[in-house]
Amino acid sequence: MQIPIEYYLILSAFMFTVGIVGVLTRRNAIVVFMCIELMLNSANLTLITYSSYLGDVAGQLFVFFVMSVAAAEAAVGLAIIIAIYRNKLTVNIDEINILKW
Amino acid sequence: MIDLIYLTVLLPLLGFLFNGLLGPKISAKSGSTSGGKNEKLIGIVGSGAIGLSFIIVVGAFFETLALPVDQRLNIVTLFQWIAVAGLNISFSYQVDQLSLVMSLIVTGVGFIIHIYSIGYMHGDKSFWRFFAYMNLFIFAMMNLVLADNFLLLFLGWEGVGLCSYLLIGFWYDRKFEKSTTSAAGLKAFIVNRIGDFGFLLGMFLIYSTFGTLVFTDVFSRAVSFAVPEHIFVLIAIFLFIGATGKSAQIPLLVWLPDAMAGPTPVSALIHAATMVTAGVYMVARCSIIYASAPAAMMVVAVIGVFTAFFAATIGLVQNDIKKVLAYSTVSQLGYMFLALGAGAFSAGIFHVMTHAFFKALLFLGAGSVIHSMHEQQDIRHYGGLKKYMPLTYGTFLVAAVAISGIPPLSGFFSKDEILWYSFTNLGFVFWLIGLLTAIMTAFYMFRLYFMTFEGKEKFDHHKVHPHESPKVMTVPLIILAVLAAIGGFIGIPEIFSGEHGNLFHSWLAPVFKTAEMKLLQFGSHSHFEELLLMIISVVAAAGAIFYARYVYLKKPEVAAKTSSKFKGIYNVLLNKYFVDEVYDATIINPIVKGSESILWKIADNKIIDGLINNLAKLIEIISGSIKKIQTGIAQSYALVMVLGILIALFWIILSYA
Repeated sequence: MQIPIEYYLILSAFMFTVGIVGVLTRRNAIVVFMCIELMLNSANLTLITYSSYLGDVAGQLFVFFVMSVAAAEAAVGLAIIIAIYRNKLTVNIDEINILKW
Repeated sequence: MIDLIYLTVLLPLLGFLFNGLLGPKISAKSGSTSGGKNEKLIGIVGSGAIGLSFIIVVGAFFETLALPVDQRLNIVTLFQWIAVAGLNISFSYQVDQLSLVMSLIVTGVGFIIHIYSIGYMHGDKSFWRFFAYMNLFIFAMMNLVLADNFLLLFLGWEGVGLCSYLLIGFWYDRKFEKSTTSAAGLKAFIVNRIGDFGFLLGMFLIYSTFGTLVFTDVFSRAVSFAVPEHIFVLIAIFLFIGATGKSAQIPLLVWLPDAMAGPTPVSALIHAATMVTAGVYMVARCSIIYASAPAAMMVVAVIGVFTAFFAATIGLVQNDIKKVLAYSTVSQLGYMFLALGAGAFSAGIFHVMTHAFFKALLFLGAGSVIHSMHEQQDIRHYGGLKKYMPLTYGTFLVAAVAISGIPPLSGFFSKDEILWYSFTNLGFVFWLIGLLTAIMTAFYMFRLYFMTFEGKEKFDHHKVHPHESPKVMTVPLIILAVLAAIGGFIGIPEIFSGEHGNLFHSWLAPVFKTAEMKLLQFGSHSHFEELLLMIISVVAAAGAIFYARYVYLKKPEVAAKTSSKFKGIYNVLLNKYFVDEVYDATIINPIVKGSESILWKIADNKIIDGLINNLAKLIEIISGSIKKIQTGIAQSYALVMVLGILIALFWIILSYA
């Protein structure tokens, strides 16, 4: 017996929402970063779901792209966080507010 | 030689380029400013270019003379200049009787004055610059007189104005009267620009009326097209405004006396012999347009005769030798316009020619005197120079007699012709004012002559040692004196010359034929009348000369007594009718003050600057409150983004539902 597609989509939406809330509310940059990964992976889950549902391999192909981009982004992002930490001795996002007028 | 006519324009240009570009290097080589050899090279190139042009013009003249009368109009096209939508302007030179006469004057007198300048400008630190400008002037002037269309004429017209400006301010580090020579140059340029404005309007009107700017087409269409007379009057008046600027007529005469700030050869070449007659040439060239507009002819005649009269009255009392000559030039130009207004176009051009001879001679003679008197220009500090500078004295006397209209020198023929035509075509009043002007001319000329060359020596012998100028200056004087003496014989009036007729008139007749046929107002007057008027004017001029001799040589106290008796009039004349002051008060000061208090302090500072500054302040205030949105906290940006995405999503979903 097959699990209906709605299950996957609801799970994916749930993960995405958790990600968004995390990004918007958490103060620690690492946690925010992890939440972003969560959102990316929920998007990946959706792609895979439709790929298998429609019998089209293009969705899985996209997932690989997203994963490789996410890996690169994680490397750059963590490097930035380390640089900021060295500079300001904190990774609290609300204390890093230099990006303004 | 007609095909080579472009060389007469090209050679002065090359001379200008040579002296202008290489001049500083050549001068610097000698190491000293009084460097003989290098000055010689510059002088020879500068004069040689004009001399060669003169030879070519003479060649073209004789070639044209050999042609049958109806083939004497030749057009030499060099290249197309402007071609846009129906407007076709090319660099074409019209070689006909009128332009040849003008070219002969420009290059001939120009050449003589260039030679003279080698001596006069000797030792000047900017010797090369002087010759470069002079050559540029001849280039522009040749374009002006040879042009076959209005635009090319205008190019030359502006070019001579530029050179006039450059040469008036040539000694830019010297004082001139109450200000500087460059201010005098600026004045000349600006007053000329006012005239040019009229000229431009005239040109536009010609193009919109006739659809072309080429002389031959315009003039043939002026006859064949049915154009209402008021259009002709407008064109003629606009062009005449241009002529009043260039030829220093009322109301734009104020620049010419100030133009005397330039070196004296410049005054001789530009402000006496050639450039200032450009207006006369232009009006004569457009004779058909003027003949079609009798009202404009009347304006020309009235302006001309009044300018002649008023300038002559000012000339009576001036004490600066060049100022007297400057007002004399304005007065003589007035004569020329009187002739044009009377419909006697060739008489006007004839006077241009004779005037070029004797007035250039007078200026060069004055230059010779100024040179030997160490830049002293006040005639009250001259006197008795006869024995120190015999050649200058002799040639100056010839010129003075010529301009006074004593036969058989050239001035007599041209001036009397003008008086005669003003009598027959315009009436007794014009003739009378012209005659009075002639009497005053003779008087102030001989006042100048007696105070300079005769009588007691009024200069300081310890400081000034008068001496004759070098040969390079006196030979040009002699040549010009010969021309001033015999130049009139080519225009002997018919009552004397019999069946030969007036050579000058018959030469120019084809150019003015159409215009003169249109006028048809030459009433029949007997030879007796002509002879009578001639005798009256000669006797009057001779009387004026003897009176000047009596006043300034025999009884100098008479002059002082007269001037103190009529102190009011004397002061008005000495101050040139306060024309400069009136212009200052009515035009210049209102413009300067208005620009300062309204345009600068209100319009610019308050309105324009205020607008910009207040706009900037407004934006600063608005952005000051808006910029608070940017907190710098990345999460708030993300929140806004998420909210935006949510709204967009709802929008899409709702629009599908």
